[in-house]
Amino acid sequence: MALILNEEQNMLKESAQGFLSEHAPVAQLRQLRDERSETGYDKGTWQQMVELGWTGILVPEAHGGLEFGHVGMGQIMEENGRTLTASPLLSTAVLAASAINAAASSAQKKALLPAIVDGSLLFAVALDEGPKYRPTLVKTTVAASGEAYVLNGEKQFVGDGHIADKIIVSARTSGDASDEQGISLFIIDSSAAGVEVERVHLADSRNSAMVRLNNVELTADALLGDKGGAASVITYLADVANVHLSAELLGMSQEVFERTVQYMKERSQYGALIGSYQGLQHRAAHMFSEIELAKSVVIKALQALDENSTKLSLLASVCKAKVSEVVTLVTNEGVQLHGGIGMTDELDIGFFMKRARVAEQQFGDRRYHVQRFASLQNY
Amino acid sequence: MSDLEQFREQTRAWLEANCPASQREPVMEFDDKCWGGTKWRFSNEDQRTWLDVMAERGWTAPDWPAEYGGGGLSKEESKILREEMYRIDARPPLFSMGLSMIGPALLQYGSEELKRQHIPNIVKGKIWWCQGYSEPSYGSDLAGLQTRCVDKGDYFEVNGQKVWTSYAERADWMFCLVRTDPDAVKHAGISLVLFDMTTPGVRTSPIKLISGNSPFCETFLDNVRVEKDQLVGTINQGWELASYLLTHERAMIGNMGQTTANEKTLHQHAIDVSGLENGQLGDSALRTDIAQWEIDILAFELTQERIDDETKAGTGTGATSSMLKYAGTELNKQRYELLTDIHGQAGLGWEGDIFDNGLLASQWLRTKGNSIEGGTSEIQLNIISKRILGLGQKG
Repeated sequence: MALILNEEQNMLKESAQGFLSEHAPVAQLRQLRDERSETGYDKGTWQQMVELGWTGILVPEAHGGLEFGHVGMGQIMEENGRTLTASPLLSTAVLAASAINAAASSAQKKALLPAIVDGSLLFAVALDEGPKYRPTLVKTTVAASGEAYVLNGEKQFVGDGHIADKIIVSARTSGDASDEQGISLFIIDSSAAGVEVERVHLADSRNSAMVRLNNVELTADALLGDKGGAASVITYLADVANVHLSAELLGMSQEVFERTVQYMKERSQYGALIGSYQGLQHRAAHMFSEIELAKSVVIKALQALDENSTKLSLLASVCKAKVSEVVTLVTNEGVQLHGGIGMTDELDIGFFMKRARVAEQQFGDRRYHVQRFASLQNY
Repeated sequence: MSDLEQFREQTRAWLEANCPASQREPVMEFDDKCWGGTKWRFSNEDQRTWLDVMAERGWTAPDWPAEYGGGGLSKEESKILREEMYRIDARPPLFSMGLSMIGPALLQYGSEELKRQHIPNIVKGKIWWCQGYSEPSYGSDLAGLQTRCVDKGDYFEVNGQKVWTSYAERADWMFCLVRTDPDAVKHAGISLVLFDMTTPGVRTSPIKLISGNSPFCETFLDNVRVEKDQLVGTINQGWELASYLLTHERAMIGNMGQTTANEKTLHQHAIDVSGLENGQLGDSALRTDIAQWEIDILAFELTQERIDDETKAGTGTGATSSMLKYAGTELNKQRYELLTDIHGQAGLGWEGDIFDNGLLASQWLRTKGNSIEGGTSEIQLNIISKRILGLGQKG
């Protein structure tokens, strides 16, 4: 498949760019942070996203969605990266929608997918039990209680945890911590007895939470997918997450790069624009080259999602590893090339650097994916 | 079945029937690649046959017009041919600057007579072309070149010195940048001329490189007579042509890092040398470096593909040949750094049985030139800064 967008995907990208730059620019995130917003996102903007149909892009038409595909959703994520818009889009419309599509029973799909499309339910996905992504390290326990389950454990750094109505958690139904087999997924109500959600604040001013499960009782229909066999669903979910996070990071890279080059054309020192100095030009040109490489891995991996490619995992790791490297370079250079002003809170560049680092960590950082790439190639 | 599917089926069958087995082996040495020309010694009969049968159909230059001996294939058909050759690991039947550089320039800018004289011979691999660009004092600053070309009425007379002429002692003809107007602004006084390397006054002298090989020469031009009909384009149009040619050269050099189907991957090299421990390379730091490189080369190959797709769709941003040249050559250098690391001291064997007479060491050293020839990496970064990013005005 050609590595370009079709006309409809291009139109979606343009419309997302127009909407986000007008209604949810970086200034919105700054305001949410400064006002210590309870929700951490703007409800009006979210409602408009729902009306634009973004929550239905990955949902099948049979369940009220648009079934428009990952390449299209990736364009929205990329534009979100340019504006740093805080919203439940990734947790609910990308991750939860993908998990439910991939693993849910038809009854679960019927109950949950339309509620994702119309924005009435917000989700969080809770896999981590520590500060680094280690999907098989699951100590949260599940005890059988007749037909029902009782969960105990702590899930950490759960994106959008404190605003979610429902939380998809991984827990161990058998085996030892770190075993690949024996992990199951459950959908729990955040209001259920024994669920304690504590919001935590990370550098990116986006929503994160610790979720403690104290004897949380679940009925049998809370199980998502096969009991003990969630590893493959989690792998798929992480691939989805990493490709879309990469799209977001690509948008951030481009935005920071463009702002930095613009500054090089405005700032004078020693009687000349700093952009006229070769020492700085070459650093900018190198970043341009790296961003071109990043664009290619992102579109290829998005297409792999839509095609259900057998190379999806490999391409997702290529994508996250490369884009993480590029966004680290570009945000660091963005601050350095802005000089002192780059260190100020007043300039937006710092917001991009902070969001980038958190997104890089989520679902595995560059090193994790470089190692995973080698393992997938059997060396 | 669509026409393209039918073409693929026929091409597949024809290649199966006509590509000799030895021409499906990986290219290991210089002579494994056929460069053609009057002085070429075929490494074996298969190499000659493979060139002849492919040239017969014009498939050495698949998308060139059939009226000049090219294959006359559409872009889609050329792509299918490439894919089918890749599928069976077929070597390119011919590798030359005629195909990659002067041929495209002649098709774009040459007179009808020049096309009829030269293009069929390029397709058939009859003539080995070399390039006369750099001069001792004008490398990166190519437009300052001083080799003079004077109009003598019936003919041109060329005097000067070229350097980094690849394989000049084996080449049959040179395409050469010369100064035709010494008073014009430097870019505006250059022309591109063609001449036979056996013309009196042409003398070459090989340059020994750090690799121990001498793929390049100095070429001395003393009162060399050039026929007037061997001017490409118009007088003083040379810089435009040179830029066009450099774009092609950059694409060619930038491509070098690309792995082909029959080439061993870096991690396979490492596995062959050290084996696996518990399913992993024992040297975990090397494993990481190899994985990082393999991720980068995949990103690079996808970028070539994407830019190609954008160009076809008419949505390309242009000026990307500099980016590809820069990224591709830096990756190729890294590839050989990693390869020599993988093989340890054996990889640095220079003579005798250790590593095939120093094959790897000489390849490794040769790649150092990739980011110098065809415009240095620094020149590519200058071009990106100025033409794409719009940086550079003193303001």
